Amino acid sequence: MPGARRIGFFVLVAALLVFPFADRNNSHVDFLANAGAFILLALGLNIVVGFAGLLDLGYAAFFAIGSYSYAMLASQQFGLHVPFWLMLLVAPVIAAIFGVLLGAPTLRLRGDYLAIVTLGFGEIVPQTFLNLAQFTNGPNGISSLDQPSLFGRPFGFSATPYYYVLLGLIALGILIARNLQNSRLGRAWMAIREDELAARHMGINTTTTKLAAFALGASFSGLAGVAYAAKLDLVSPDQFQFNVSVLVLSMLVLGGMGNIWGVIVGSFILSFVNSFLLPQSTTLAHAAGFANVDFTNYRFMLYGVILVAMMLFRPEGLIPSRQRAAEFHEALTDAPVAAQEQAEYEGPPR
Amino acid sequence: MDVFLQQVVNGLSLGGIYALIALGYTMVYGIIELINFAHGDVYTLGTFFSLAILAGLGVNGVVHGPAGVAIVLVTLLAAMLLCGITGVLIERLAYRRLRNAPRLAPLITAIGVSFILENVMQLWRGPSPIAFPEVIANPSFALGGVDITAKQIAVIVLAVGLMAALQTFIYRTKLGKAMRATAQDRDAAQLMGIDVNTTIAATFLIGSALAGAAGFVSGVYYGTTWFFNGFEAGLKAFTAAVLGGIGNVAGAMLGGFSIGLIEAIATQYIPGGAQWTNVVVFSVLVLVLIFRPSGLLGESLPEKV
Repeated sequence: MPGARRIGFFVLVAALLVFPFADRNNSHVDFLANAGAFILLALGLNIVVGFAGLLDLGYAAFFAIGSYSYAMLASQQFGLHVPFWLMLLVAPVIAAIFGVLLGAPTLRLRGDYLAIVTLGFGEIVPQTFLNLAQFTNGPNGISSLDQPSLFGRPFGFSATPYYYVLLGLIALGILIARNLQNSRLGRAWMAIREDELAARHMGINTTTTKLAAFALGASFSGLAGVAYAAKLDLVSPDQFQFNVSVLVLSMLVLGGMGNIWGVIVGSFILSFVNSFLLPQSTTLAHAAGFANVDFTNYRFMLYGVILVAMMLFRPEGLIPSRQRAAEFHEALTDAPVAAQEQAEYEGPPR
Repeated sequence: MDVFLQQVVNGLSLGGIYALIALGYTMVYGIIELINFAHGDVYTLGTFFSLAILAGLGVNGVVHGPAGVAIVLVTLLAAMLLCGITGVLIERLAYRRLRNAPRLAPLITAIGVSFILENVMQLWRGPSPIAFPEVIANPSFALGGVDITAKQIAVIVLAVGLMAALQTFIYRTKLGKAMRATAQDRDAAQLMGIDVNTTIAATFLIGSALAGAAGFVSGVYYGTTWFFNGFEAGLKAFTAAVLGGIGNVAGAMLGGFSIGLIEAIATQYIPGGAQWTNVVVFSVLVLVLIFRPSGLLGESLPEKV
């Protein structure tokens, strides 16, 4: 890192560390903690979509699996009380196992079929949690989960401890993602993303490589699930619908698929828009006399517009990964070349 | 046995609607290899357009006689036309630019379009279910212990009729030939003087018009709709298209009826069946993709390099 950026980075880290003491407004810390859970989700999905180029449209399913594992293993539901810290190790493993179970039969499929199958999986999982009411309380979900505690001191109802947990998990996530990206596995993902057939011919075992992406992506989501469930003190099937998967995908597309910092910025922006900008502007509009306006209703429109507009005008995202940008633009600059070749070809020789 | 046959009848009429939607998926996938996620929402839009047209005509109950037939036909055709135009606009504005982009790009765009359409419909008619007027009388006929309603017959006849018309169009007209050529090899088709852009636009027009027909039919059949209706129906119809062999028109029809049957029979025979139907249908999708990705009627093609 160049000097100025390094200083900026340390200033940011220091600011994040002291934030809960500087800003005593618990709702701000609460917002940041929730945004943190989504940053973690985005980092995980980035491994699958950004690094390996596999479009997973059922990512919320793994989030659900992580959350429900905590809810079922650490609450009165079955009288099991696995400690929070242990669950941070167990839940990612459970989520990764489901990632492999889903991936093993389906990863042979072409990219767009995979997207549909993952979408189907994303529908099946919350539906199953909804239907198996004897284990999950159905639509009511599971509430009063165990409160995490550190050195015998429970977390309580403040968002601050969760904020630090998520900050730590994100730091860990960034570290893992960065190392993966520059590893042999990361290069294999890139090769598959650019040309699967060529990658296979270069001796890459495409199935296990893709499975690794699925499992690792799922495990991030499992981590986020545990932290989110513990913080919210409730899990219910409607928290994990398709729109959650699309929200996380929009974060990636907005920030820049394949770029860790881009993904973080993208998910922060969207969390901010969702939790602050839309509600606040609605309040402002009401104050200004427009009583019927509710900007929060436009949330899904916003995700849709982001997906379409970014893909059309800046597919590499706000903070692009250089590699990804090249891939997206290569195809677009190819087209005029082909057209030119066609124009130069003046029919068969007479 | 009667219960079983009754579910077969129910499944076939359900399947007629899925089949009509599946045709649009299969046509678009056949020609530009894109899963048009927004297609399910175009179908819901068909119901919404029908509602608006019926309201405009002042219809809120059963219509009779020649005037009644005219009203039903006008609503059906207008909904088809409006959906067709919507489909063409979507292709022109959102998909055409990305025709040569990496495949992820148009797929993500299609999801975005789907979200936009759903939100527009939600803003248009609100988030709650909307009642659809009881347009046609619905007498029930007993046939060997099985009850068939007039609406069920209408759904099946309309679906089969439209598919036959589509099949004729694709194999007997010049534009249909152009579509088949473009699906086979876009560059070669262009070199042979086919206007590829027009052909693809025509594909979207027809596919979306069929979804519009399905939208009208589902409004009449179920008597209710809501903005999110197309998400699940779209997924099931896509499953139908894959089951039949994507890109294959007759396959989409076969797949549609099969999915309808599977859904109706699963509802009847699996304990607590109604809440598991989605799980059953998606499991079918996964199994088909794993064991016979080319579908029932599709040819297995090597991946294009």
